[in-house]
Amino acid sequence: MAVTLTVNGASRQVDADPETPLLYVLRDHLELNGAKYGCGIGQCGACTVIVDGEAVLSCVTPLLLLEGRKVTTIEGLGTLEKPGPIQQAFIEEQAAQCGYCIPGMMMRAQALLQADPSASEATIRAHLEPNLCRCGTHMRIIKAVMRAGELMRQNSQSGGAT
Amino acid sequence: MTVSDIGNPTRRGLLAGGGSLIVSFSLLSRALAQEGEVQGTAPPAQPKPDLPGSLSGAPFLDAWIRIDASGGVSVFTGKAELGQGMKTAILQIAAEELEVDPQVINLITADTGQTPDEGYTAGSQSMQNSGTAIRHAAAQVREILIAQAAARWQVPADQLRAENGRVIHPDGQALDYGTLVSNEILHVEAMPQSRLKPTDRFRVMGKPMPRVDIPAKVTGTPIYVHDMRLPGMVHARVVRPPRPGATLTSLDAAAVEQMPGVVAVVRNGSFLAVVAEREFQAIQAMRALEKVARWSEGTKFPNPANFVQSLKNLPSQEGVVAEQGQVGTTGAQTLQATFTRPYQIHGSIGPSCAVALVENGVTTVWSHTQGVYPDRKAISEMLGVPPEQVRVIHVEGSGCYGHNGADDAAADAALIAQAVPGRPVRLQWMREQEHAWEPYGPAMLTEVRAVLGQNGRIAEWSYDLWSNTHSTRPGPAGSLLAPRTLPTPFQPPPAKLSITPSGNGDRNAVPLYTIPNLRVIWHFLPDMPLRVSALRALGAYTNVFAIESTMDELALMANADPVEFRLRHMDDPRGRAVIEAAAEEFGWSGESLPEGRGRGFAFARYKNHAAYLAMALDLEVEKETGRTRIIRVAAAIDSGEVVNPDGIRNQTEGGILQATSWTLYENVTFEENGITSVDWSTYPIMRFGAVPESVSVRIMDRPGQPFLGTGEAAQGPTPAAIANAIRHATGKRLYDIPFRAERVKAAIGV
Amino acid sequence: MVPMVMRVLRILAGLAILLALGAGAFVAYAWHSAIDPVEPPDRAGFDPALVSRGAELATVGNCNVCHTAPGGEPFTGGLGIPTPFGTIYSTNITPDPETGIGRWSEEAFIRAMRKGVDREGRHLYPAFPYDHYTLVSDEDNRALYAFLMTRKPVAATPPANELSFPFNMRVLLAGWKALYFREGPFQPEPNRPEEWNRGRYLVEGLSHCGACHTPRNRLGAEKQDEYFAGAEVENWTVYAINASSPAPVPWNADSLAFYLRHGWHEHHGASRGSMAPVTANLGSVSEADVKAIAAYVADVMGSPGQERLTRGEAAVAAARKEAEAPLAMRANTAGNAIGEAIFLGACQGCHDGRRPVPFGGLNFHLSSAVNAPNPQNIINVALFGLPAAKGEPSAIMPAYRSVLSEDQLVALLDYMRDRFTDQPAWTDTRERVRATMNGEREVPIYRMDGTTQAPPETSMRTAPWP
Repeated sequence: MAVTLTVNGASRQVDADPETPLLYVLRDHLELNGAKYGCGIGQCGACTVIVDGEAVLSCVTPLLLLEGRKVTTIEGLGTLEKPGPIQQAFIEEQAAQCGYCIPGMMMRAQALLQADPSASEATIRAHLEPNLCRCGTHMRIIKAVMRAGELMRQNSQSGGAT
Repeated sequence: MTVSDIGNPTRRGLLAGGGSLIVSFSLLSRALAQEGEVQGTAPPAQPKPDLPGSLSGAPFLDAWIRIDASGGVSVFTGKAELGQGMKTAILQIAAEELEVDPQVINLITADTGQTPDEGYTAGSQSMQNSGTAIRHAAAQVREILIAQAAARWQVPADQLRAENGRVIHPDGQALDYGTLVSNEILHVEAMPQSRLKPTDRFRVMGKPMPRVDIPAKVTGTPIYVHDMRLPGMVHARVVRPPRPGATLTSLDAAAVEQMPGVVAVVRNGSFLAVVAEREFQAIQAMRALEKVARWSEGTKFPNPANFVQSLKNLPSQEGVVAEQGQVGTTGAQTLQATFTRPYQIHGSIGPSCAVALVENGVTTVWSHTQGVYPDRKAISEMLGVPPEQVRVIHVEGSGCYGHNGADDAAADAALIAQAVPGRPVRLQWMREQEHAWEPYGPAMLTEVRAVLGQNGRIAEWSYDLWSNTHSTRPGPAGSLLAPRTLPTPFQPPPAKLSITPSGNGDRNAVPLYTIPNLRVIWHFLPDMPLRVSALRALGAYTNVFAIESTMDELALMANADPVEFRLRHMDDPRGRAVIEAAAEEFGWSGESLPEGRGRGFAFARYKNHAAYLAMALDLEVEKETGRTRIIRVAAAIDSGEVVNPDGIRNQTEGGILQATSWTLYENVTFEENGITSVDWSTYPIMRFGAVPESVSVRIMDRPGQPFLGTGEAAQGPTPAAIANAIRHATGKRLYDIPFRAERVKAAIGV
Repeated sequence: MVPMVMRVLRILAGLAILLALGAGAFVAYAWHSAIDPVEPPDRAGFDPALVSRGAELATVGNCNVCHTAPGGEPFTGGLGIPTPFGTIYSTNITPDPETGIGRWSEEAFIRAMRKGVDREGRHLYPAFPYDHYTLVSDEDNRALYAFLMTRKPVAATPPANELSFPFNMRVLLAGWKALYFREGPFQPEPNRPEEWNRGRYLVEGLSHCGACHTPRNRLGAEKQDEYFAGAEVENWTVYAINASSPAPVPWNADSLAFYLRHGWHEHHGASRGSMAPVTANLGSVSEADVKAIAAYVADVMGSPGQERLTRGEAAVAAARKEAEAPLAMRANTAGNAIGEAIFLGACQGCHDGRRPVPFGGLNFHLSSAVNAPNPQNIINVALFGLPAAKGEPSAIMPAYRSVLSEDQLVALLDYMRDRFTDQPAWTDTRERVRATMNGEREVPIYRMDGTTQAPPETSMRTAPWP
C-alpha cells in the first residue's frame, strides 16, 4: 500500500504493509533515527513523535492512519549545525545520560510547548508521564523543557522561527 | 605535579601517587557493575607491569596514539562509551597532553580489531586504566615529536614547546606534527615515567567540557547501534523458549518462510530466529514462528511464594568477609532484623541490539557490550573458530547499568549471520525478551544482629548475607544464551565464591563505622534458578540498606539523633565531613513534622574505598493508600579531586532516582512456568508523577586527592534513607524491598 | 429552559400531593433539629478493632472515591459530581473541627447516614447516597464513625455547590424524600440464606451498586422497576447487572467475586472508568464479603438460559482460536476494509490474546463494551486509553485520540461490532464519537490503580507444550 504523508515538512510516499507501525516506517523506510523502539506497545514513550501537532506513540500507530497527515520527528526540530530551541535547551542543560529516551521526551515536550508555551513545571511533569527514563535524568529533563519554553518565548518575541 | 612517578605499580600506588592524573577520571564512572580487578580475558603477550594503567598490557605507544602525515590524530581506547561521558573525558586527557584541540582527535573506542584489550568497561575504573594509559602515552608522544623537531632544528629539546598540533621554535618557526612523524616513530614501547602537564597549566582537563555525544543524541544523528544501516542489511528476531532449558521439539516453518519479506528461518538446535528484509516483517514473522514452535517443558522456576525468604534454605558455602574481636554476647540492648531484596532488572529503555556480518571468513559484530574482547572470545568459542575470526566493535546502546542483554544479543546476531553470509544482520530484542532474559540483580536476604553497649556505642555487629554471585559476564560461551541452545549445548559455568576487597554480593557488607567486634559472613548460593549478574552497585544496594536501616534503629534505642549516632561511630574524617555536609545541605533537624511526613538519613562509602556519599530526604506517606511520595533529597558526595562537577551531579541524581524506583516499586515476578514481569505494565518503574520536587547534590572539594569511583555511590544509601524516613513518618519500619503501597499500608494499618 | 420549568412543576406537584397526604408527614421530613456540636473526640479513645472494622466498611462504601478530589488529600472532599440539576461538591469528612466533621457526635453521624440530614439539620442532596446508606446498621455506623474520627484532620473547604434555583433550596429535598426515600435500617429476609442477606445488606447498603447500575428518573431517583438495568454515569456506560447483562460470557457468582476482588477476569476484561476505584477498594475487603456481594448480584442476574451459556462458550472458543493463530485471522467484512485495516494495524497487536488479561488486551469476542447497547465505553477507551497506575502493576493502554479521525473511529467501531458480536449495529456511533472527541461528552479517566490486585502470575507462555 502506498501512503503519502508529510514528514518534517517534506512529502514522502511510503510503500509498505498498511499495518506497519509508523515507528518502523520512520526508522526502516525513511531512515530517521529519532523515534526509538523501547517497547512497541505504547508503554514507554521512546517512540514519541508529533502528528498534526499532537504527541503520538508511533509504535502503535499504523501507517494507514497517516495518509495526508503531518509528522514531525526530532530531525525536524533542528540539526547538529543548527539545533532548534528544545535541542539547544537539552544541550545547555546536559540533559541526557544514555540519551535513548531523550528524543521521545523532547517530542512530547515540544507538542506541549507548541500548545502552551508558558507551561508550568507541574504541567510539564504531568505531560511527561507516558515517557520513561531509566537513567534517572528526570530533574534535568524538566529543567531543559522549562529552558526550551523560555527559548521559544524569546524567539517568538523576537520574531524568529521556533 | 609535573612528573608522575609510577615506580610503584600497585593499584595503591596509582591511587596515591596519581593525584592530578586520577583527577580527570571523575568524569567517568557511570552505573557500571563491579567485578574487581578485571583487565582482560587473557594475559598480554609480554606484560609490562611497571607501566602505568593499561599500558602494562599494551606497551607500544602506537597502540594508543597515531598521527598521520597530514597531522590527523587518532586515539585508541579499549573502553566503551556507555553514556557516562567517557569519550569526552578521554578526549580531554589526550588533547591536554598532546597539545591539540579536542575537536581534531579521532577517538576509536573498544574494537577488537583496533584497540587494546582493556577487558570490561565496568567498575568505575576506566579512567584509572585507560585514562592513565592514554595520558602517559600522549605525553610521551608529545615528547617524541618535540625530540624530532629538536633534531631537525639542532636545538635542545627543552627550548621547544608543543602547541596546537605543532612544535614551536623559540624564534617562532613551527613544524606540524604531520611533518614530524615518520615510519614507525611511534612504534616504541612506553617508558614507566612521563613528563605530565601540571594542573595549573590545564587547558581542557579540569574544565566542564560539554559531552561530545549529546548533540547527536538530541538531533537524531546516528550514534546508537540501533541506528546502524549497512548496505544489504536484513532484520532478524529471535524466538526464545518459554523458559530456560526448554528444547525445540518440533517446528513447521513452511508458512513462515512464505511470509512477505522473509529471507530465512534459522534453526540451530533449539536456537530459533527469523530473518526478513524489513524490520516489521521480521516482527510479524517472529510472532508467527512463536505459534508454530513446539517446546519441551524445560526447567521450571521455583515456587514464587515466599521465595526470597526461602533463600536461607538453599545450599550455601560460607565465606568470611570480615572478622574481628568476638561476637555472640547478649546485651540488654540487642537488635535483630532480617532484610530482603527481590530480583530486580536493569531495564534498559532500549532493548539489546547488535549487527553482525559474515564476510571473508570473519564474523564482525557491532554491539553495545561492555567487554568487546570477552564477548569476542565467547562468540568465537560458540562458533568453534579461533578468536581472530571474530571481530567485535563497540557502538553505543542505551544505558546498561551492568550486565544486561547486550552480550547475548551480540551472540544471537553472530549466530544468525552465519546463515546469511555476506548480508549484515540487525538483531533487536523485543521488550518482553529483554525483561525475561536479561540477567537480574540477585535476590538477597540479610540478617543483622547488633548489640548496643552501655556507652551508647555499638559493641558488636554480626551480619549474614545470602546471595548468588553478582557476576556471570562472559566468560566462556556457556555464559551466553544462544550457545546454551545449540545442538551440543554449552553449559553455564558454575559460579564460585570469591571474597575480594571490592566485593561482589558482599560489597559494602562491612560497615565503615568503628565497631570493636564484628563478623560478616557471606552464605554464597551457587544455584541460580533465575539468571543473575551484575546490576549497578552489586551487593552494596542491599547491604547498605540493611546496615543503614539498622543504624537508625540503634540510634532510636540509644535515644540519639540518627546523624549524631553515625558521627559517633565514624572515625574517617572524610566520612564525617560528608555526613555533616549532607545534614547541613538538607537542613537536618529534630523538629517534628506534620502527620504523615518523615525524614531519613543514610551514608556509605562505596566499596569502603571509593566515593563517600551521605544523603537526607523527606517524604510523605499517604495513610489511606500507603503511597510514598519523595519530596526533597539532599546529598553530599566526596569523589576525590573534582574535574567535572556536572558529570558527578548527573550520575548522583540519576543513581538516587533509579535506586528510589527500585526501592519503591520494583521486583521481578515469576511463576513456575516462566517470568511474568515482561514489560512496563507488569514491572512498573518511576514515572514523572513520582519524581521528587528537588534533588540537590553538594560536591566536596578535594584538590589533590585521588579520584574515587562515583557512579554507583548513591545506590546503597537511597533505600535506607527511604526506609528511615518511612519509619519516621509512620513509626513502622519496612524490611522488604520494594516498599509498594500495599506493603506500606499493611505495615501501618488503619 | 422548558425542561427545567417542567421539573419545577413536577416538584411542586409532588409537594402538593404530600400536602394532600398529610401536613404532619411533610413536617416530619422537612424539618430536623440541629444536634449540638461536640469537642472533636480524642483519637486514642476509639477501640482499634472498631476503627479497623470501620476502615473495611468505608472501603466497601467507597467513601474515599467521592470524598476525595483528584490530587487532593483523602476524605477532604471537593470532588464535583455532575447531576442534571447542577454540580454538587463532596464535603470534607475528615475530623477537622472547622471544615470537616470534627464536631459531629456519633448521633449526628448516624443520623446523617440513616436520614440524610447533616448535623445542623439540613437535608443532604442524594448525591450522597443515603437512600442506600440508610440500610447500614447502627453497629456498622459506629465503626464508620470511629474510622472517620481517627483520620488525619485536614482544613479544606470544598467549593460551593453549583445548583440553580430552585434546586439550591434544600427544603425541597423533603419532598424528594417523601416520594423516594424509605428509611432503614436493613431488614434481612428470613427465608434466604445468610450469605444472600449479607450480600443484599452490602449491595443495597454501603456498596450502593444501584446508585450507578440502576437508571434514574427525572428527579434523580432510582427507578425501582428497572432495578440494575444499567445507566450512563459521567459518560461511561454502566452495564446492566440484571438479566440484561450485555456480557457475552454470562457472569456467575464465582466470576463476579474474582472480578470484584481483582479488578479483572479472563472472560470479561479489566475494570475501568468509574468501576476501577470500586474494584480497587474491594480488593482489600474480606473475601467472604466480596463473595456475598457477588452471590447477591448473581442472584439478581438470575441463571442464564442454555442459549446464553452456549453463546458464551462459543465466544470463549472463538477467542481462544484467535489467540492460537492471530495473524491468520481475517474477518470477512465486505465494505469495511478501513475498519478492518485499522483494527489489524492498531488493535490486534495487543488484543490478539497472545498475552492474557489483564496485561494483555481482551479479545473482543468477550467484551461487554462491544456487546453493550451503545458504544460509549469502547469509544472512551479507544480515545483515552488506560493510563498507568503509580508504581503498581496495571493494565496500560495507549490513547488513540491523536491519531484517529472521527471517520476512522466510526469505521473501526462498526467493524468491531460486526466482527465480534451478533448484535445489531449501533445507531448512535457517530454522534457519540463526535461528542466525545469534541469534549461535549466529558469523560473522566481513572488511573488503573483499580487493577492493582491482579496477581502477576500471568504466564508468558507463547505456545502450549505438548
